[in-house]
Amino acid sequence: MSSNPSHSTDLNVDTKSPANPPEALPEPGIPAMRVKDLSFYYGVRKALERVTVDIYQGRVTAIIGPSGCGKSTFIKALNRISELEAQVQVDGLIEFFGQDIYSSRINLNRLRRQIGMVFQKPNPFSMSVYDNVAYGIRVSGRKSKSELDDIVELALMNAALWDEVKDVLSKSALGLSGGQQQRLCIARALAVKPKVLLMDEPCSALDPIATMKIEDLIHELRSDLTIVIVTHNMQQASRVSDYTAFFSTDESRIGHMVEFGSTSQIFRAANEARTRDYIEGRFG
Amino acid sequence: MANPEFGYDSTEIEDLSQPLPPVRQLFSYAMTAIAFLFTGLALLPLFAILIEILRQGLPNLSLETLVSLPAPVGVTDQPNGFANAIVGTLIMVGLASLVSIPIGVMTAIYLTEFGKGGAIANSIRFIATVLSGVPSIVVGVFAYGVIVLTTKSFSAIAGSFALAVLMLPVVVLSTEGALNLVSNSQRLASAALGSSRFQTTWRVVLLSALPGITTGVLLAVARAAGETAPLIFTALFSQNWFSGLQNPTPSMSVLIYNYANSPYVEQTSLAWTASVVLVLMILLINILSRLVTRNRLDIQ
Repeated sequence: MSSNPSHSTDLNVDTKSPANPPEALPEPGIPAMRVKDLSFYYGVRKALERVTVDIYQGRVTAIIGPSGCGKSTFIKALNRISELEAQVQVDGLIEFFGQDIYSSRINLNRLRRQIGMVFQKPNPFSMSVYDNVAYGIRVSGRKSKSELDDIVELALMNAALWDEVKDVLSKSALGLSGGQQQRLCIARALAVKPKVLLMDEPCSALDPIATMKIEDLIHELRSDLTIVIVTHNMQQASRVSDYTAFFSTDESRIGHMVEFGSTSQIFRAANEARTRDYIEGRFG
Repeated sequence: MANPEFGYDSTEIEDLSQPLPPVRQLFSYAMTAIAFLFTGLALLPLFAILIEILRQGLPNLSLETLVSLPAPVGVTDQPNGFANAIVGTLIMVGLASLVSIPIGVMTAIYLTEFGKGGAIANSIRFIATVLSGVPSIVVGVFAYGVIVLTTKSFSAIAGSFALAVLMLPVVVLSTEGALNLVSNSQRLASAALGSSRFQTTWRVVLLSALPGITTGVLLAVARAAGETAPLIFTALFSQNWFSGLQNPTPSMSVLIYNYANSPYVEQTSLAWTASVVLVLMILLINILSRLVTRNRLDIQ
């Protein structure tokens, strides 16, 4: 696949220059990521079959479906993090603003800085709150202390955590509650200014109040950020997302995408009977 | 409906305040007593050694023994001590640590972070495991053959080399254990923020594993400080002050070994006192490693 030179979010060049020139982003409604005929294998076992979907810029896309349908596999393919966990093989194409992210020329560090991720279980580093948020900046190049302070504060504010942690910035992040830890992980991801944020069941380990805070946060962030969220909670998908993709498995236990559409259409008038059955709680 | 097989009959609810049958109570007490008895039995030799060392060695422990050289046999008007052996042990263990800790930690990093699951990593781990079981006297003979015979001199370097060989597998295996304890989600979180593998290892994995690594390393140091066999063939011994890495060098353990067999009372009593000091040194290292571990628990 050709990479489009008009987009300056160039992942191929491995430079350490801290400031990339600000680029004109595509209009809303333009895909930030395009997935075409994606088939995904763990070793020789096929986990996903021919998924084609567009992830729209500045929107929230929810991935729903029963256990084992490849939701997590799919989202972990979008920033190539699955390669760190297992021997994987990918057929098909995933583009990030026109660039084939599985091209051999891709610099994975740049790619993952552009496509951030929040995991299922909060996983703050065993360092201070401040150092957690500053981590991504520090590994990508030197910044002055005051610049770093500003970035950390902004990221924590964007993650709606600043007021709760501004007095304990130098304390260990492991002392925070589960919900605070997860918002810290979001702040940590936001600090490196990603274009896309992947969230893999970010609320599954949290209580309802912490869940609500994360959902509010997703609402706040959606205008500036493209979000993909995997969830097994259908109410959550309907509350937070603009688009919904329904994944399911066939008899051979290979995941595939059944249907994609705007969230209101999927939840009110899904085209596929299987989608309707799942949403009405008849299986999964 | 009551099901007699599962005891769901509500008319037969057990009286919860009823004590257990006497036989079961008796058995319980007996087992508890036996467990205590054997624990005491296991601790007995430990305390016997400690008490005997303290009883024999403590009376002669003074500042003088810590700062002066061993007095020649029969000379009573000179201060008698083993300061040269303390210095020698510190130098040789220190040098051995300087060599074995970086190599060992780096090897463990390769095993867990870069070569994990590969044939090379598995072979290295196997070799390290075998090496950790090699008797220390064999390591001493090895160092004798490699260094003493080629340089034609007993030396602190040969002693340090033997201790380093002895420490290396301990450092590798304990560090590997500590690195394996670091949750994989930490590595993923770091990678997802765009850090390279080296950055992840250096800034996240090593940081999280540091207390565990320190504990393992300190235990390896403590073990090396107490070793005699590898030093007898390599560093030998000397009655004088440390005089350079290429010369025979005294150490606490060899001093104890030499003087404990001595027919002279001054030397045997010095060996007891040296034992006290050596045990205290090792105890100090162990306490240090405990403190490091406890700090980690406090954070979590």
